[in-house]
Amino acid sequence: MKKSLPIIIILVLLAVLPLVGLSSYMMHILVLVIMYSMIGMAWNLLGGYCGQVSFGHAAYFGVGAYTAGLLYSKLGLSAWWGLPLSIAVVTFFSLVIGFICLRLRGPYFALATLAMGEVFRVVAENLVKFTGGDVGILIRERTWVVKTWYYYIILLLGIGTFFLVKKVIESKLGYYFVSIREDQDAANSLGINTTLYKTIALCLSGSLTGMAGAFYMNYMGYIDPKVVFALHDISIVTIMVVMVGGVATYWGPTIGAIIMVFLAELIRSNPSLGVAHQTLFGILLIFIIIFLPNGIVGDFPKLKRLFKIGRASS
Amino acid sequence: MSLLEIRGVSKIFGGLAALTDVSYSVNKGEILGLIGPNGAGKTTLFNVVNGFYPPTKGEVLFKGEKISYLQPYQICKLGIGRTFQVVRPLRRMTALDNVIASAFLRAKNKKEAEDVALETLRFTGLYEDRNFLSKGLPLGKRKKLEITRALATKPEMLLLDESFAGLNPSEQNELIDIIRKVKAKGITIMIIEHHMKVIMALSDQIVVLNYGEKIAEGTPKEIGGNPLVIEAYLGEAESA
Repeated sequence: MKKSLPIIIILVLLAVLPLVGLSSYMMHILVLVIMYSMIGMAWNLLGGYCGQVSFGHAAYFGVGAYTAGLLYSKLGLSAWWGLPLSIAVVTFFSLVIGFICLRLRGPYFALATLAMGEVFRVVAENLVKFTGGDVGILIRERTWVVKTWYYYIILLLGIGTFFLVKKVIESKLGYYFVSIREDQDAANSLGINTTLYKTIALCLSGSLTGMAGAFYMNYMGYIDPKVVFALHDISIVTIMVVMVGGVATYWGPTIGAIIMVFLAELIRSNPSLGVAHQTLFGILLIFIIIFLPNGIVGDFPKLKRLFKIGRASS
Repeated sequence: MSLLEIRGVSKIFGGLAALTDVSYSVNKGEILGLIGPNGAGKTTLFNVVNGFYPPTKGEVLFKGEKISYLQPYQICKLGIGRTFQVVRPLRRMTALDNVIASAFLRAKNKKEAEDVALETLRFTGLYEDRNFLSKGLPLGKRKKLEITRALATKPEMLLLDESFAGLNPSEQNELIDIIRKVKAKGITIMIIEHHMKVIMALSDQIVVLNYGEKIAEGTPKEIGGNPLVIEAYLGEAESA
């Protein structure tokens, strides 16, 4: 009970946050933070725990978003049906991507997923009759004008993802994922069907990312291939969120998402820095890799020590 | 009764024959020592039995069933556990988590896996070190951890690849005791080893490989006096 107390406090705080009357802009930032932390947690499952670093998570995000968008534009259904449906659609695509990419290891897997993400973008751009190409998909009447309900929906999804990941990692699956990360051959000779469990990790990770994509379609009301299949804005930022926060930690993606989203907004709102925001992200990433290789959460003891020394000497 | 039967196994890498027509069988409940100079093909043979390599020719039978061409995880499930010559613990996991991960193979839930893991850790004397990250353990304990991990999959047969290499004499004696205890549990063992003291003390049967061919087979006593074996190890006797 004592252990779950901080979690309950955080949940209550998050639930009442919209009631204090934040501006629409602030709500938008919060929605983005939760969305990126959800994608980060999903990525963490595959990249952090199972050790299969994916540079192509935009593929799952985009497929999820397009699932929701096409339901609306082609079938005239509510794009909200995309949330449950995207699980099935993205799982199917995950199996295809996994079949191709999971036979590769380490950097080769990363490169293959990078290519996959780009393939999906190019396909979405060129299948004009089906996806609308570069024109994208526009939802004419959005469900709500105010952002409060969107906030609650993504909050629910984010919390669900958090507990799902926790549950998975503490189970047999989690042990198998980490074993595969640490040594695939040793895991194999301990009776772990590495191909099967890597595929499970990929499908879980992909479908959670896809749900975030479907939410994005509903929330923004407009998508096009350059936005939802974006290499830097989705795939790379997802990795950065996890790297900054802490790979293979429960809270890492959330902490990383808070820092990354706020930092991005701060830099972009400054006209002289705005154009250089990706350069600054790159520099940040280099510093994180050198000084905090396990991210803020993973290297928290190190950070604490650093500040203690600083205080003692001053 | 033979538990494992190796029938005419050859393994060729490109133009290099690592194993040529090797045949022998391992009896249930016995310890079989596999010896030979460096590069004789001992580890290659383990990799064939364990499923990492398919044999180029021949086949491996376990309990009368053909297991060559199966995947390592399937062979492990059938009841063959192995350790690696260069230890491969799951580095960023504690010793306990290492063993839990392998105990999940036969355990139904986490509670059971944890119980099996703790019991196995006690059996090999690593219980006190269970909460250390495995990359921080000294070599002797990492070697023990490998054996513990293999034992947690509840194998009927254990393949030990140079588990004694790099251990000091007292660690070696501890490990000999553990292996005797494993044998007493009814687990059949095939062991690759360079320490003659260990091999002679433990083995019921010894098979000698040289350049990928079986050159001798017999009890420790027979092997110790076999001129072919002495030649392979010490070179030809000088004819002066």
